[in-house]
Amino acid sequence: MARDMAEKDILKMEVDQLKKEVSTPRSAVSAAAKETIEFVEAQSPEDPLIKGVPEATNPFKEKGGCIIS
Amino acid sequence: MCDQTFVAITFGPCDNCAKTKPLMNIYLNNEVINYCSLCVELMACQGLEKGETVAKLKKETEALKVKLEVERNKLHDTELHKLAEKVEAVGQLNIRARRVLKGHANKVLCMDWCTDKRRLVSSSQDGKLIVWDAFTTNKEHAVSMPSTWVMACAYSPSGCAVAAGGLDNKCSVYPLSLDKNENLAAKRKPVAMHTNYVSHCTFTNSDLQVLTSSGDGTCALWDVESAQLLQSFHSHTADVLSLDMGPSETSNTFVSGGCDKKAKLWDMRSGQNVQSFETHESDVNCVKFYPNGDAFATASDDATCRFFDLRADREVAVFSKDSVMFGASSVDFSLSGRLLFAGYNDYTINIWDVLKAERVSILFGHDNRVSTVRVSPDGSAFCSASWDNTLRVWA
Repeated sequence: MARDMAEKDILKMEVDQLKKEVSTPRSAVSAAAKETIEFVEAQSPEDPLIKGVPEATNPFKEKGGCIIS
Repeated sequence: MCDQTFVAITFGPCDNCAKTKPLMNIYLNNEVINYCSLCVELMACQGLEKGETVAKLKKETEALKVKLEVERNKLHDTELHKLAEKVEAVGQLNIRARRVLKGHANKVLCMDWCTDKRRLVSSSQDGKLIVWDAFTTNKEHAVSMPSTWVMACAYSPSGCAVAAGGLDNKCSVYPLSLDKNENLAAKRKPVAMHTNYVSHCTFTNSDLQVLTSSGDGTCALWDVESAQLLQSFHSHTADVLSLDMGPSETSNTFVSGGCDKKAKLWDMRSGQNVQSFETHESDVNCVKFYPNGDAFATASDDATCRFFDLRADREVAVFSKDSVMFGASSVDFSLSGRLLFAGYNDYTINIWDVLKAERVSILFGHDNRVSTVRVSPDGSAFCSASWDNTLRVWA
C-alpha cells in the first residue's frame, strides 16, 4: 500500500497520525521506569538464564555417554 | 510528403463545462478525458496548487513532530539507568552454545519456539521449513515451500501447525501431522495475501488467526479457516519488517517496525495506530514486547537497540557502543526482562543489561550474520538463527 501511494497521500496520513498522537495520555518517566525496575527485581531470581541451571537438570547440557530413559 | 500527420479535431460537449467546443483528447490515469482547452488549462493550474500542498504538508508534519517532542519532554524527568544505579549488577553469566542444528542448505532466516519449550521451527533461503527437537537435535519434519527466501515462520500456540511466508507474498499454514510419511507440503493452506513480500508472521492467541507484516507497508490480521482479511493496518510509509504481539493472553495490541525508521503500537480491534516512535536513524529490523507488556525493544540497521516505554510514550534507553558498528537484526528479552539478547550483522550476539543500558556479555560462534534470536517460552534457553546455515541453542 505505502509503495503505491502518492507522496501527498503519504504525507496526509502522517499529519493525521501526528495530530492524534500529540494528545496521547502519558505518564512521567520516573513512574514508568520505577515500575519496570520493580517488575525485573521481582522476576530475576527465577530467570534461568541469569541464575543458571544446575548441569544435572539442564535439558540442554552437552550430550555424552549413555542416556537412560 | 509521404508521411503527413493530420490532427483530427473532435468537436462536442466538454466533460467539465458542458459547452460545445473543440475538445482536446487527453488521457489521465489511463482514462480518456474530453475537455475543452479552457478546462485543460484550469486543471493544469490545479496541479500547480497540488505542488504547493505537498510542501505545506511537509511543514505541517515537521511542526507537529516538534510539538509531540515538546509534550513528551514535559514528562522526561529522569532516565531509566539513573534510577537503576542502586540495582545489583548482573554478574557472570554461564551461557554457552549447547546445540548446533545443522541441516539447512542455505541461510536460515527465521525461527520460532513451540510452546512445549523443546521444539522449534526454522525457515531458510533454500525454501525449506524444518521442525527440530532442540533437546536431541533431531529433525521431526521438513517441508518444501513453493518459493525460496522464506523470511517468516511461526509455531501455532497448540503446537499443531506452523505458518510461513516470504517472497511468494503469501503466508501459508501447514498442519503438522504425527505421521512421518505424510506429505506436509500437500496440506499447505494459503492464508494471507499481500502485494509484496511477507516479512514476519505470528499466530495470535490461538491457532485461528494469523498476523502478518509485509513489504507493501501494511500489517494484516487473517482468519486461518476462511483465509479472510479481518483487519488491515495502514500507517507505515515504507516496508514493515517485523511485528510482535502483546505478551498477555488477553492482549489486543501489537507493535511493528519498518524501513520508515518508525516503531508503531496498534490496536487490533480498531485497526488504529495508537502510538508511534521515531528515534532510530535507520530501518527498524525487529520489535519485541517486554514481558510485562508495558514496553518494547527494537533492533535497527543504525547499530543500536532501543527500549521504549509505552506509558511514558518515549524512548527510555539506548543500547549502543562505539565498538558495535554493524546493524542489529533481532532482539529478545530474557524471562525477567533483565537481559536483552541482540543478534548483529557482525556475526555476534550481544547481551545487554536492560536496566543499566550496559553490555553484559558478547557471544561468538556463528560464521555469518545472525538473522533471528528467540528466547524459549520458559526462558531456559535461547536460539539464534544465522546466514551460516545453522541454528545454535544457548543455555
